[in-house]
Amino acid sequence: MNNADDPRESAHSGHDRPAIPYDRTEWLTGRGPTTDVVMSSRVRLARNLTESSFPVRIGSADATRVLDRVRPSVLAAGLADRVMWVELHTSSKLDRDLLVERHLISPQLASGKVGSRRATPSMPRAVAIGLPDERLSIMVNEEDHLRIQLIHSGLDLTGAMVAIDTIDDRLESSLDFAYHPRFGYLTSCPTNVGTGARLSVMLHLPALRMTGDLAKVKNATDDLGLALRGFHGEDSEGSGDFFQLSNQTTLGKSEQVLLHEMEQDIVPRVVEYERRSRQLLLDRRHDATTDEVWRAYGVLASARLLTASEAMKLLSRLRLGVLLGIIPGLSEQTVNLLMLLVQPAHLQSVVGSELSQRERRVKRADLVRTRLAAGAQPKASDA
Amino acid sequence: MHCERCQQEATIHEVVVRDGEIVEKHLCEQCAAEAGLSQAGGSGISIADLIGQYVMAKEPGSPAEAVTPAKPAPAQGCPGCGMTYADFKAGGLLGCGSCYSYFEERLGPLLERAHEGSSAHVGKAPRRAIAEARGERSSSAAGARRELAMKITTLEQKLAKAVKAEQYELAATLRDELAKLSSGVARSADRASDTPADSGMGGFS
Ligand SMILES: [Zn+2]
Ligand SMILES: [Zn+2]
Repeated sequence: MNNADDPRESAHSGHDRPAIPYDRTEWLTGRGPTTDVVMSSRVRLARNLTESSFPVRIGSADATRVLDRVRPSVLAAGLADRVMWVELHTSSKLDRDLLVERHLISPQLASGKVGSRRATPSMPRAVAIGLPDERLSIMVNEEDHLRIQLIHSGLDLTGAMVAIDTIDDRLESSLDFAYHPRFGYLTSCPTNVGTGARLSVMLHLPALRMTGDLAKVKNATDDLGLALRGFHGEDSEGSGDFFQLSNQTTLGKSEQVLLHEMEQDIVPRVVEYERRSRQLLLDRRHDATTDEVWRAYGVLASARLLTASEAMKLLSRLRLGVLLGIIPGLSEQTVNLLMLLVQPAHLQSVVGSELSQRERRVKRADLVRTRLAAGAQPKASDA
Repeated sequence: MHCERCQQEATIHEVVVRDGEIVEKHLCEQCAAEAGLSQAGGSGISIADLIGQYVMAKEPGSPAEAVTPAKPAPAQGCPGCGMTYADFKAGGLLGCGSCYSYFEERLGPLLERAHEGSSAHVGKAPRRAIAEARGERSSSAAGARRELAMKITTLEQKLAKAVKAEQYELAATLRDELAKLSSGVARSADRASDTPADSGMGGFS
């Protein structure tokens, strides 16, 4: 479908589906350090052009001018093997939703919402995606003109930081970023000003939820100036026990200091706490834990109707079971991928047609059943 | 003061020198816009031109200096984007880079609260900014000239934008600032004056 020789793909019209293969997304592979707890590490830089007011203050003509200014810079900077440019104001809702589920754009950018302004689907905006690994994405005309983000699998904030620093330098050679000697990089929201850098890790914390110690972790990270939030703002089980831990402040602390604090200090402690809780569950509540994992497997392997939220809840337990060796023969990557494919836009994209909510439940259950049967024949060898 | 055409509050106060005579005009925004249109159709002078004349007339040493224009409008916003502090408080987002300079005093404490007591950046800077900072240190005269040139360019762009968007008050402020910069007044001690654009047009904004 794609011309593999063209290093600069673009999908301007709504018909050009961003044809991204499912198995290349690097952070889903389960490879990298500490992936048992840290699914992925992300660094995001907020940048604005000097030549335009911020997106909240501009109309469609100026927004188009920003896109025209940024597009050639992004496509010519050699930021990835291939860079795909997707204009979101002309793309379909399904495509935009796919990108959100893939963590390549924010829900705000998908809907065209900036700040408290009402969502404007026609607002000119875009995303540039680095292929094939999808580590890089650059959102254009979100809350800031540019939101550059890099996702690495596992705990690798340093790797993501080094890579994004180079990308920032390359973009800076053709774009003038708004900067103030006292305030640093200028952003639309004053909570991002300074470095404009948000470092975050996506944590899988099923054991801490099961032992009831999640609140303690939250209090501790709050005290350290970090925010621990449930993923997608859902309840913790419905989002598969995934949490995002990120820095709250961007002013007065250099990127390096922040990086060191998070990667060397804080995240390892949370990881350790989760790992000890998992061990505790195995040691002290072995029967109950293995039962919970196998029940999750049983429902996933035989259900005929599944909501996304129920699927995520069960897949989280399944993932825990795989990591603890309770369920052999099933890979972490298979479970990670299922967690993505049960999301509405991905499900419809796999099935190849738009589905009603009811149809989605049926197809979701079908997909999970088939993939589990193909991906693994777990033997009940856990004694 | 009321608009001379309707009973709304007048927000545009012009002092126009016409045929050697000083004419004052007090209009609300709407009537000013209409006046601009009708004048453009008639004598070929737009409201922006009139504001321009007003600015020229107000230059130091000119006869119109003595005529004190009406007080500056209270809701004057950022010279870069027109955002007022009330807008910012309502929406939580700033409108452009210049907002940071324009609202600097009020943002300081707010930033300290949001960033664990810090109100100054530590960390990466664009190479351009570093080079400029160095350049200015090594040859301050050239640096200052370059900065002035940049300020003027920025102002001219913003002025063109303001005129196009029919933001006449903003345009007046910008022209005022431009006139000052061009005559070198801006670098004198009147930085402390209450002209909003004074500190707002740093080269980096
Ligand atoms: Zn009137
Ligand atoms: Zn502004």
